[in-house]
Amino acid sequence: MEAPNIVKMSAEVPIEKYGKERIAFFYETMLKIRKFERTVEEKFLGGEIPGFVHLYIGEEAVATGVMSNLTAKDYIESTHRGHGHTIAKGADLNRMMAEIYGKKTGYCQGKGGSMHIADFSIGMLGANGVVGGGYNLAAGAALAQKMQGKKDISVVFFGDGASNRGTFHEAANLASVWKLPLLFVCEMNEYASTTPYRTATSVADIARRAYGYDMPAVIVDGNDVFSVYEGAKKLVDHIREGNGPAFLECKTYRVKGHFVGDPEKYRTREEVQKNIDERDPIMLFERKATQAGVYKQDEMDALQSKVDAVIASALKFAQESPEPAASELFTDLYV
Amino acid sequence: MKNITFSQATLEAMEEEMSRDASIYVMGEDIARQGGIFGQFKGLPDKFGDRVKDTPISETAIIGVAVGSALAGMRPVADMHFADFVGVCMDEIFNQMAKVHYMFGGQKTVPVVVRAPDGIINQAAAQHSQCVEAWFAHIPGIKVVIPSNPADAKGLLKSAIRDDNPVIYFEHKGLFSMKGDVPEGEHLVEIGKARVDREGTDVTIVSWSMMMHHAAKAADKLAAEGVSVELIDLRSISPWDKEAVLKSVAKTSRLCVAQEAVKQGGFAAEVVSTIAEEGLDYLDAPVARVGAPFSPIPFARPLEQAYRVTADTIYNAVKNIL
Repeated sequence: MEAPNIVKMSAEVPIEKYGKERIAFFYETMLKIRKFERTVEEKFLGGEIPGFVHLYIGEEAVATGVMSNLTAKDYIESTHRGHGHTIAKGADLNRMMAEIYGKKTGYCQGKGGSMHIADFSIGMLGANGVVGGGYNLAAGAALAQKMQGKKDISVVFFGDGASNRGTFHEAANLASVWKLPLLFVCEMNEYASTTPYRTATSVADIARRAYGYDMPAVIVDGNDVFSVYEGAKKLVDHIREGNGPAFLECKTYRVKGHFVGDPEKYRTREEVQKNIDERDPIMLFERKATQAGVYKQDEMDALQSKVDAVIASALKFAQESPEPAASELFTDLYV
Repeated sequence: MKNITFSQATLEAMEEEMSRDASIYVMGEDIARQGGIFGQFKGLPDKFGDRVKDTPISETAIIGVAVGSALAGMRPVADMHFADFVGVCMDEIFNQMAKVHYMFGGQKTVPVVVRAPDGIINQAAAQHSQCVEAWFAHIPGIKVVIPSNPADAKGLLKSAIRDDNPVIYFEHKGLFSMKGDVPEGEHLVEIGKARVDREGTDVTIVSWSMMMHHAAKAADKLAAEGVSVELIDLRSISPWDKEAVLKSVAKTSRLCVAQEAVKQGGFAAEVVSTIAEEGLDYLDAPVARVGAPFSPIPFARPLEQAYRVTADTIYNAVKNIL
């Protein structure tokens, strides 16, 4: 049974049409996320970074392709796996890294950590430690935009696991009834923590659920940044025209464990390796970009070095920043 | 001053505040077309149009949307229909609303007011009668106010709406029709400030919300027997005015704390233990802590009667410590 609301999309246009600037945004953003997280992973395993860290590696094309359709006035609600969204929205890497290190110079002055980074100045309303906690906050932001007569939109990111929260139902229904400018972006990465999604989710395509809320939906290959961009663009345009919410499902794969240190006993190494070899979003991008001739190898190398330097500087900033004083325990508890 | 009901006092507060600030809006179940299940929103849509919103029966969405819209510059008031339903959206209250300001390093304030009609009326049974204020006094990052009369209802609601912190406003269903003198126009009651309802010298009774009226009856009966009661209405339980209570107990040397909620783990326990920590030397007798038995609220009249804290319960508790 096909749900009539769903369109499956992939980018077939020659990628030259995107223009140098957008293509550079795609590549640089994905590289930033990848290299930032590789550094975080290494420093976490080395014992420098405390707490819990959930990596977005392998899913970079989703955040990048969606965010390429947004401005700083559009809002996003992110997840516990939120570094990618935050970077793609344009956050400062120094302050991000410092926050992950629990330093005073971090976005939240060390009060939040990896799972609780926000930058309201760029419309990043926060990562959320509660799976499925973001839908209704995003709906609220969208309501505010609508009541304030703005043309901006809100976007909520969530995984296949979060799609089983009741919060989804309440937000989707309300957003539809009130025609809120809200885009639901499902990152179908195959695993809800350690649980394979088909053992816990009623539908093969989570986008089918959007039909129950009278919402258009698009399914894309979430590892192809061009397809994500096209799918998101179609829906973002629809929303900006005042037609109410929409649903984008991005089929991706969580290359890393649920958290850094996850023994990953629920899947084989072969399965993971196959996804890395065949579907890595940065590898797919580089292949398309070189084939189309929009990037030469030396240009890509130069960009890699540039991003490496930015990450190294963020790391140094975080490592050298002071920790918050114990006397700041009550700071910002109440206004 | 005008003599109006508690319900009208809250309506007046809403009207004044919504007229003052266009970013304030109110949403909840049955509030626009119906005027609120207790009539407390009647007429509001005529003045404010779609700033008064009927929502689906989706408490989780109501609080989540309130918080999200606050992050985007609005000042929402969210009605919970019955305080009992607040359990449905507990995550949105204690993990989102209460923590956003702190956890994100003070980047954004969350000026949300949650209105929660609580308390026993008309044998409404286990899921429509509870007083759950103590749960929220246990959550850093929100304020909890709980007025007992029309004047405070107006003054505290206006203050709650103007507060940049999230505030939960408990309004006892049995108080909605109660009349009292309410100052007209600008009338603000400071959150966290208790009110001395009557001065006395022999014993301090601390209470809040509907239980204040039972405590007043008990105090009248004691007065007739020559016992002078100092009666304190906390009005807010987070923050709460411990100085006012300490000052009173220093004078009277005896303390009774009365609440409608289940006694075990209730807010009275917080008051009593604070006095034990900081004012034990003032006391000439054990403290009396009055609350409901550790049971869900039953339906049948004799059972509900057996559950309820009354003026007599308070009277007897005080007699025990004189």
